[in-house]
Amino acid sequence: MIPAQFDYLAPSTLEDALAALAEHGDDAKIIAGGQSLLPVLRMRLNAPELVIDLGKIEALRGVRDDGDAIVIGAMTRHIDVLNDPLVKENAFVITKAVEQLADPQVRHRGTFGGALAHADPAGDLGAPCLALDAQFVIAGPGGERTVEAVDFFVDLFATAIEEGEILTEVRIPKRAGWGAHYEKFVRVAHQWPIVAVAAAVKVAHTDAGATISEARVGLTNMGSTPLRARSVEQALIGQPPTDAAVRQAAASAAEGTNPPSDLNGDADYRRHLVTVLTRRAVLAAAGA
Amino acid sequence: MTRISVTVDGATYADDVEPRMLLVHFLRERLGKTGTVVGCDTSNCGACTVHLDGRSVKSCNVLAVQADGSEVTTIEGLAHDGELHPMQAAFHECHALQCGYCTPGMIMQSIDLLNENPTPTEEEIRSGLEGNLCRCTGYHNIVRAVQTASGQQTSASATLEETAS
Ligand SMILES: Cc1cc2nc3c(=O)[nH]c(=O)nc-3n(C[C@H](O)[C@H](O)[C@H](O)COP(=O)(O)OP(=O)(O)OC[C@H]3O[C@@H](n4cnc5c(N)ncnc54)[C@H](O)[C@@H]3O)c2cc1C
Repeated sequence: MIPAQFDYLAPSTLEDALAALAEHGDDAKIIAGGQSLLPVLRMRLNAPELVIDLGKIEALRGVRDDGDAIVIGAMTRHIDVLNDPLVKENAFVITKAVEQLADPQVRHRGTFGGALAHADPAGDLGAPCLALDAQFVIAGPGGERTVEAVDFFVDLFATAIEEGEILTEVRIPKRAGWGAHYEKFVRVAHQWPIVAVAAAVKVAHTDAGATISEARVGLTNMGSTPLRARSVEQALIGQPPTDAAVRQAAASAAEGTNPPSDLNGDADYRRHLVTVLTRRAVLAAAGA
Repeated sequence: MTRISVTVDGATYADDVEPRMLLVHFLRERLGKTGTVVGCDTSNCGACTVHLDGRSVKSCNVLAVQADGSEVTTIEGLAHDGELHPMQAAFHECHALQCGYCTPGMIMQSIDLLNENPTPTEEEIRSGLEGNLCRCTGYHNIVRAVQTASGQQTSASATLEETAS
């Protein structure tokens, strides 16, 4: 399968990329790693006149320390996020999710920003970013704006990125010392999750024993966007990280979700599955 | 047409390509390097795996223009002076194939795997090859070949004896 014809530009600065986008409007399409876009073009589900490659814009690549946050450039490849010590230390749930995203070859090409801009409801990066209250920096003709994670994911394959705009980086508040786990349920090793749960917890150790003092739980593929399991988070606080306590807190994980029904399972199945995966994710995150 | 310059298996090529041309088609149709095959054509099976600047990629999911200025290694660039690459030799020795169609991609990904992790466990080998599908072997001898190439399994005959006992 071969894509329809298109013109190609590979600008070396963000300004040039934005100018090209402004000139060509919705006839143009951004390509980052191409791991989601190229299959779409090959199946001719989309046929842009111009493809603008961000691959030569070095400024969009890499992870940096920015005081109370870490900043992941949109063009940072999955493999480089996976191996990054800053991410591991301060946003471990992202490391755990990327570890299970796709396969090595796709991780060598696909980018952090590309996966988030693509906004597949079964994509593995949305739930951890939502759980960590990530902020999305978006550049456009009028300059730069910052969007909170809750406002970034709008619908199936739809984000707050408007026509003519480019996602440049994602800021993630540091949470060093938190335990984290990403529990992904799949039938085929390198594929998108049927349901997955991102959990990050802080465990306090006192004379009375261990208790969960803070918890963040994000859900993948339980609706048209990633979701936050807030009732589970609240129920976990003050609880010991034991099977019984976490099981009880995880029972409300499907509250407020609207999961799809498809060949992999119907909505009721997913509503049950998410409680099981939430328990596993929280227990693993707490090191229990 | 877009002018690109790519180094493939040690030789540098300059060519004008349509931007929509996939890297795998460039390798096969422009350079005649048909050792790299197209399998599923949907980026799932990994048969088309090559190394791009030292890391494995599925060449059906990369545009030739995206490889401009880069270095590509294909299955055809592994053997030197008629001597098989140790991973090729291990696949041969362990009979890590039946129909052979997935083999070029399997070998390229297995080399990438050992570059990252020279002494993987069996589980690490299996997950490192998750992006490569084989529909004949059940993966058993492929895993043995990677273990052999990593020096963790001495020879194919050892494998046979073990299986027989
Ligand atoms: C075999 C296979 C298995 C996969 N398995 C998984 C999986 O298990 N979990 C998972 O989450 N994903 C999976 N993916 C998808 C993978 O994560 C992709 O890397 C990712 O979805 C897209 O990233 P990319 O950099 O390749 O983006 P591209 O494909 O280049 O772009 C994707 C979309 O985002 C837009 N875009 C890209 N970057 C920007 C930007 N900076 N600003 C604005 N718009 C932008 C593009 O215009 C396009 O519409 C899989 C892909 C394949 C081929």
